[in-house]
Amino acid sequence: MNLLHFISAFFSDGSHWQGYDGIPTRVGEHVQYTLEALAIAAAIALPVGLVTGHYGRGGNALALIATAGRALPTFGLLVLMTLLLGFGLVNVMTPLVVLAVPPILVTTYEGMRSVDPSPVDAARGMGMSEAGILFQVELPAALPLILSGLRSGAIQIVSTATIAAYVSLGGLGRYIVDGLYQRNYEKVVGGATLVALMALATLALFWAVSRVAVSPGVRRSN
Amino acid sequence: MIRIDSVTKRYPDGTVAVDRLSLEIPDRSITVLVGPSGCGKTTTLRMINRMIEPSEGTILIDGVDSRQQPVNTLRRSMGYVIQNAGLFQHRTIVDNIATVPRLLGWSKDKARARARELMERVGLDASLARRYPYQLSGGQQQRVGVARALAADPPVLLMDEPFSAVDPVVRKGLQDELLRIQDELGKTIVFVTHDIDEAVKLGTMVAVLRTGGRLAQFAPPAELLSDPADAFVEDFLGADRGIRRLSFFSSAGLDLLTAPIVAIDASAEQIARAGTDVPYLLVTDVEGKPLGWSEPRDLTAGTIEPAELLPCGRPFVAGRDSLRAALDCAVLSPTGWAVAVDAEGRAAGVVSQQTIGEAIRGAHAEGSRSSETTKVSG
Repeated sequence: MNLLHFISAFFSDGSHWQGYDGIPTRVGEHVQYTLEALAIAAAIALPVGLVTGHYGRGGNALALIATAGRALPTFGLLVLMTLLLGFGLVNVMTPLVVLAVPPILVTTYEGMRSVDPSPVDAARGMGMSEAGILFQVELPAALPLILSGLRSGAIQIVSTATIAAYVSLGGLGRYIVDGLYQRNYEKVVGGATLVALMALATLALFWAVSRVAVSPGVRRSN
Repeated sequence: MIRIDSVTKRYPDGTVAVDRLSLEIPDRSITVLVGPSGCGKTTTLRMINRMIEPSEGTILIDGVDSRQQPVNTLRRSMGYVIQNAGLFQHRTIVDNIATVPRLLGWSKDKARARARELMERVGLDASLARRYPYQLSGGQQQRVGVARALAADPPVLLMDEPFSAVDPVVRKGLQDELLRIQDELGKTIVFVTHDIDEAVKLGTMVAVLRTGGRLAQFAPPAELLSDPADAFVEDFLGADRGIRRLSFFSSAGLDLLTAPIVAIDASAEQIARAGTDVPYLLVTDVEGKPLGWSEPRDLTAGTIEPAELLPCGRPFVAGRDSLRAALDCAVLSPTGWAVAVDAEGRAAGVVSQQTIGEAIRGAHAEGSRSSETTKVSG
């Protein structure tokens, strides 16, 4: 009855590796939900965070939005959306996006605000355009913080995307929801383990991205 | 030429940073804006490249209102150096320097080649090109800042307290380097500092501003030291402006005595002849370089030990150094006599405090007749 026993039983069962309920399919679905939600959240939060951070205005409004976003119960939102719109992917995406926007928005804003003002002053004095300053001076310096915001958002989405299963969609939540319903704890533990592994893989991915994207000059001087 | 024409900067809260300031900044020379904090010197500088827009008045660049051209075109035609260098941490040294050429649309290769050329000009080793700013010392970073400002060869250089954040030894090196570069390039430099010594050392013209952004005096440094316009300027120049002014008088006119100099291998007869009417003799090595002082009666031919001599301290270079340097040598010398050397470091003569004092009185009399004095080093 121990945990390791469940895990090894789940993963050694050949039938769990194929078909529409197989691990590859469910992982694929989970990755798809995660990427979609993260892309939408980033598309909303990054521009807003970059622009407000560059001009240094709207910090208080951002903090309010972020707090409100964090206070919204994800599961409640899912149920509400489903009651209003019926079953569908939008119902799942909305709470996931709402979950990921605050960390991306706040760290992007903070990252831009914490850029040393003297290179920005030098750039402006040399005749660099405002867009040039934003993308060539501030963004590279703020990138470590921005990536950390994206990482928190991504991890939260990975762990929370299991809720898709509650409204008949796929993903790794399927194992947990179905397992609980069927009292198949081997399946529950297996699904939870896969979610944890995906979260770790996300961490590793962001580490690799920051190695490539962040200039050694910024990485070492921080 | 840059002409600042009754420019005022007033902030919305009513603070006046610069008050009807007019200045004509001469071409191809260093004009220093100096004054206490809150005197509007940085504001004035930043109005020249329109980092701050004047509330009233105009700034003319070669006779044309600076607002006539797009702001970024104006800024790219002026090098800009700030206090902490403001380097881009994510770019290598060579790419930092290449910034403005790249903005002007040069190819990457051409911009980098130009950047390497400038590294050499400002005294940075070529091996630093691929480093990042965090790997450089403060002084090296500031050299990169200067190189970056010079990269597109702008006619004007704006420098906002560029050397204030480095230690005094490094600062002196950077100042000397700036003067050397200026000798080669002849830029129109506007230099802001709160340090009057730096202003006197670097400036061809010095504008002293007082709190509230008004001009107190605009004059060459020698005139500033000899004829401060009012009590404020006099106070700002400090208690030792008389001594500082000596920097502007050459030691060339000093009467150097060569008789009291003996070589270490001198004969008894030479020693006796040298030491008749002076309290001390200067002993040199066989090449003529000064070793130290001794009283004539303590010297015996053939047995002179350099270790037993009184130290002669740092000598001044006759003709090249100023009277200030000569006086300094005399004051620091244990005998009260200063040692003059030639460019090769061989003893050229000795001079007493009394003789230097007479030369100073003579120079002051000369200086008050004509304020046209040129700066000498040291």
